[in-house]
Amino acid sequence: MNGRDLIGALGPELLGLLRSAGRIELERFSLEIDELELRIPLGAFAPANGGLPFVAGPERPDELLPAEFVPERPMYPGRVREVVLGATRREGGSRGQSLTIGGADAPAFSLFDRPVVNMPIISMDVFDTRVPMPKALRAPFEEVRDDPAEWARLNVSRFGAKAVTVHLLSTDPLIRNASPREAAATVEAVLQAVDVPLIVGGCGDPRKDAAVFTEVAAMAAGERLLLNSVTLDMATAKTLETVAKAAAEHGHNLLAFTGLELNDAKELNRRIYEYLPPERIVMDLTTVALGYGLEYSFSIHERARHAALMGDAELQHPTISGSTNAWAAREAWMPMAPTYGGPELRGPLWEAETALSLLLAGVDIFMMSHPAAIGALRRMIAALCAWPLEEVPEGHANDWVTARLGGDA
Amino acid sequence: MAKRSITETSPIEVYRLLPRTNCAECGEPNCMAFATRLVNRELALEVCPPLARPEYAEAAAALEALLAPPVRAVRIGEGEHAVTVGGKYVVQRHEFTYHNPTACAIAVDDATPSDLLRERVRTVADFSYNYIGRDLRVDAIAVRSTTGDPGRFRAAVEAVMGECELPLLLCSLDPAVLRAGLEAAGARRPLLHAADRTNWREMAGLALEFGCPLAVAAPDDLAGLRSLARTLQAWGVEDLVLDPGTFPGPGLARTLRNFARCRHAAIRTDDALLGYPLLGAPIAAFAGEELDPVRCAFDEAVTASALLSRYADLLVLQGTAGWSLLPTLFWRFNLYTDPRKPVAVEAGLREFGAPDRNAPVLITANYALTYFTVESDIKAANLSCYLVVAETGGLSVESAVAGRYFSAAGIAEALTASGIADRVDHRVLVIPGLAARLSGEAAEATGWRVLVGPKDSSGLGPYLKERWPPGPA
Repeated sequence: MNGRDLIGALGPELLGLLRSAGRIELERFSLEIDELELRIPLGAFAPANGGLPFVAGPERPDELLPAEFVPERPMYPGRVREVVLGATRREGGSRGQSLTIGGADAPAFSLFDRPVVNMPIISMDVFDTRVPMPKALRAPFEEVRDDPAEWARLNVSRFGAKAVTVHLLSTDPLIRNASPREAAATVEAVLQAVDVPLIVGGCGDPRKDAAVFTEVAAMAAGERLLLNSVTLDMATAKTLETVAKAAAEHGHNLLAFTGLELNDAKELNRRIYEYLPPERIVMDLTTVALGYGLEYSFSIHERARHAALMGDAELQHPTISGSTNAWAAREAWMPMAPTYGGPELRGPLWEAETALSLLLAGVDIFMMSHPAAIGALRRMIAALCAWPLEEVPEGHANDWVTARLGGDA
Repeated sequence: MAKRSITETSPIEVYRLLPRTNCAECGEPNCMAFATRLVNRELALEVCPPLARPEYAEAAAALEALLAPPVRAVRIGEGEHAVTVGGKYVVQRHEFTYHNPTACAIAVDDATPSDLLRERVRTVADFSYNYIGRDLRVDAIAVRSTTGDPGRFRAAVEAVMGECELPLLLCSLDPAVLRAGLEAAGARRPLLHAADRTNWREMAGLALEFGCPLAVAAPDDLAGLRSLARTLQAWGVEDLVLDPGTFPGPGLARTLRNFARCRHAAIRTDDALLGYPLLGAPIAAFAGEELDPVRCAFDEAVTASALLSRYADLLVLQGTAGWSLLPTLFWRFNLYTDPRKPVAVEAGLREFGAPDRNAPVLITANYALTYFTVESDIKAANLSCYLVVAETGGLSVESAVAGRYFSAAGIAEALTASGIADRVDHRVLVIPGLAARLSGEAAEATGWRVLVGPKDSSGLGPYLKERWPPGPA
């Protein structure tokens, strides 16, 4: 009889004994086994989490029992591709420097068993036309709202933006229906105003965006823009090919946007591979505001990253989050009772936490707006990317238990 | 031998251990259906009355072991206000679902004058925010001893107990102080915080004497944490909570690493010494160099958010302002929704006020939050109207439009299914502003005139006042 059968046969009686005794000691007992699968029903006796009570431990030890901790260091067969944003003069563009995102070879900020390959990046938003925005969100940009180039300059010079996103909302047929040529002129002005890498956003209309991106791609040839974005709707409208070819020809990256559905993300990537090397694709899996479905975004990013690390090549792309979407939550901007403070406090916290959740889920680049939210996320990224890890200050560890703390906000 | 993960346990295995009488006393049609719901953690073993009979004792024990979570579930408090922490089966939410939402405890201290202390406790206990039809609240009070004086601590604990029924955490590293607190609150099963390398004997004694759960603290020292857990297990203290230390700011990397290491060890390698709930202390943001209370509360909220995402089962917080609590309570609620089921309401037709045959017809998505937001705005504006709730897979309007779950065809289908055409004489539909780009196609697909409503439903009142009844097309 092999070990499994033996235990199976003994099991019921052992259980009966254990129930009455709580502990048994096996004397002059030997068991030869080649394949043994112990199934100790933990719930059958106390202590429930006490390991194997076959061995009588010392009763109430006087000294701490020794234990060690050996951290695991899991290795993954897959790795996220790196994508380079922006091109310097030497690389054929005019940016001061380019940025590399992606490259992850382990889940983000989890076991911290290896240095981060590329630090996550924050790109600051610029809108090319006045769209309704909560006051707390637009306040820092009030003077530059009618001038995208000035807005971009402010983002870089005052708020230290490492990248800028120009949202060409004026091209929306439902807003101003600005022409592709006008849109390209806006992008050109921004390229001249700042020398950081640019993300260029459209209006979401599959036909209009295609026309705009094609024009912008040609105008900014060599700048390695990130065109935000291409969609399955474009594939349906048969405009995806035009945009992808323009990106390929003029040396730009594409942002593949899908709505919280990994199969769609994979399908869209497959379509783009026909025209563009995978190293030029970033994925937007959709960012929903905290309180409005952020958990869907969080889990879809965790799943995508896990699949990528496990070897799914169609998901091995860096991801982006439009964290400004946090302001879609009314709790971010609505006037509320005094205990909830004003939107100038609640809004940035909302944006920061929306971004932070996705940072932990593995997002590589963030499109954000409010300087206070950006500051908070930057500090977080700096803290999490430090290598080796920051030491814990001596003696500060459990201060909160007994310390007299500052006033409550 | 690693215990197999919950996602690998099959209903058949569970079924074999059940009585297999198909008695349906559990409310399920048969034992196989019950087994499936057990594996999905939708029902507990106690729901099966026959299993409590002596002849099934072995099977019941085996089932309990098979279904036991690798992270122990620990109850704090007694009665209806008790809160259970831990009981986790998976590391990442999408692998299964998270159970026992992270308990949020607000700290008070024994140096605060009694009247202020009572006021703070009342504020905390009364805090409530209605979100998707549920009240978001704080779960517990953590009483800290900053005076180190047993008498003061006992008085503070009594004051807290006089104001609310919430479960308690008693926080001091001095066993004499905790004993004083236990003399007042011992019957309420408070969590004792904390046993460390120096005081563990006395703390274990208190936990056993009063039958309370015990937190174990070993800041940034997982070997020390395991050593303490091992020793306390040997002493027979069953309900432990682990505090690996919370270090906000630059120390956050180390904090998150310790939390992840504990949870990975418990679930992926079945480390029984780390298979306990984890306590995070964002309150530590108030114990650093920063003195501005607003900045401290901001940092505390951000730290709390990170710890919620990274496996904390219990949080100790200092800030009581709504603006810092709200995102924490939201994210806690969201993370603990079941990713296997969207938070959706039933699609169909809803009626508000006293709609007549000329009443406005609105349409929205079936994501619960979207629906409840629209509902509360309609009620607040005192509107009489019809609202068609479309099946959007539990996604909000914006996401559903992006993901094509809310489309012109879907709108047409929802209109037909709702039977609204028989209730009104007009053919005018108001769609959400966030679905504006569907207006043309929706008009084509439905044959109705389509008006684009406000982007936020709080604008429905003024919008309808101005635009309804609609003029000629």
